[in-house]
Amino acid sequence: MINTASLTTTPRITITGAVKKFGDTVVLDGIDLQVRSGEVAVLIGPSGAGKSTLLRCINGLERLTAGTVDIDGVRLEYRESSLNHMREHVGMVFQSFNLFPHLTALENITMAQTRVSKRSKADARDRGMTLLARVGLAGKADSYPSALSGGQQQRVAIARALAMTPKLMLFDEPTSALDPELVGEVLQVMRELADEGMTMVVVTHEMRFARQVADHVVLLADGGIVEEGPPEKVLDAPESERARSFLSQIRADD
Amino acid sequence: MEFLNALITSWPTLLKGLTVTLSLTALTLVFSVVLGAIIVALKMSKIRALSAFATAYLAIVRGVPLIALLFVIYFGIVSIVKVDAFAAAAIGLSVHSSAYVAEIFRSGINSVHNGQIEASRSLGMSRVATMSKVVAPQALRVVVPALVNQAIISLKDSAVASFITVDELFMSAQRLSAATFQPLTYYAIVSLYYLAIVGAMTYFSGRVERYFEKRG
Repeated sequence: MINTASLTTTPRITITGAVKKFGDTVVLDGIDLQVRSGEVAVLIGPSGAGKSTLLRCINGLERLTAGTVDIDGVRLEYRESSLNHMREHVGMVFQSFNLFPHLTALENITMAQTRVSKRSKADARDRGMTLLARVGLAGKADSYPSALSGGQQQRVAIARALAMTPKLMLFDEPTSALDPELVGEVLQVMRELADEGMTMVVVTHEMRFARQVADHVVLLADGGIVEEGPPEKVLDAPESERARSFLSQIRADD
Repeated sequence: MEFLNALITSWPTLLKGLTVTLSLTALTLVFSVVLGAIIVALKMSKIRALSAFATAYLAIVRGVPLIALLFVIYFGIVSIVKVDAFAAAAIGLSVHSSAYVAEIFRSGINSVHNGQIEASRSLGMSRVATMSKVVAPQALRVVVPALVNQAIISLKDSAVASFITVDELFMSAQRLSAATFQPLTYYAIVSLYYLAIVGAMTYFSGRVERYFEKRG
């Protein structure tokens, strides 16, 4: 299931002493985390634990109050030019898809390619069509997002991020806004991506996905990491009381 | 019957006035959209002095009656450079309308969901590219009805230009009514003219809205 051949020991992401405060509220309270190249890290935990905030700090959508983020050894800085440069190679997929409603599926995928990566229109289009085919939506190239189902929109959003040839993909609860019957098609695309060796950080409540696809599960609660390691350890044999209570809660919900 | 007769015989005179009114309105539209865009850009600027300037501009322009603004500009400019009444009216109407256009633009920009900006920025798109390629196109379709409404207001406001001697539609009716001692007839006729143009603009607005709806 896991493509271990692509796992190396190079840290792709290194987060050190990450603190994030919104006013007086401490959301992240000194997080240290490493994600290696080719690794799939899944962030789980109760709502309000800071999972999404941590993810958004990786590409600078949220600014850390203290601490550092390094991507491939390059320190994250909040200057416009360095943010743009870093984000070009870090894909992000949102809970609410955030496709551009005034553009077709294909245009959603080509815009940043031509504007940011400076590819020619023809190259961007070719790549866009290849990626649409890959997420099973070649026939929807000219559809506007409003004509697509949630699952289709999210697959286009994944293709849009992949079009930039990212070295890292961030997923912020990518299936939480979907009707249950549409979750599978999105997870399938993510599973294939993981099998190809993409480095991924995924915030999700899909425990089966975490169990099957993750190399590294991180359980966050109250702004800190309470448990981390391979899925079998974190999900089946958690050491901390906080982790056990969270996991028994979501099992009760199932 | 008499009314119908007046309607027909007044046509050549009123047509001249109508041409002036329509050009004045068209100029007001173009300049107020440009000025409004500049003002909203200043207003949203991170540089405090620029945003303070925009706030002051909006407060002054919206706080002063159009007719007072027109008089101040007409007599103010005439005292410095020689400029005709038409130009003064075009400037005054544009400045007046630009404040409302700026507010329309601002509400359009604010109506675009923040997730759109985040999605664009997360692709490495710059702030400027995000504004022009993601936010502005979406804001535009939201503001079209409000902009057409503002255009209708500008058309009707242009009648005030007659106070600074611009020979536009309303002034033509004034002259006809003075010459014939039939104010009711000619003010009713000129009202029909305004009504017809506003009707055409409303129809056009509906067409534009439907065009955007079709594009999803």
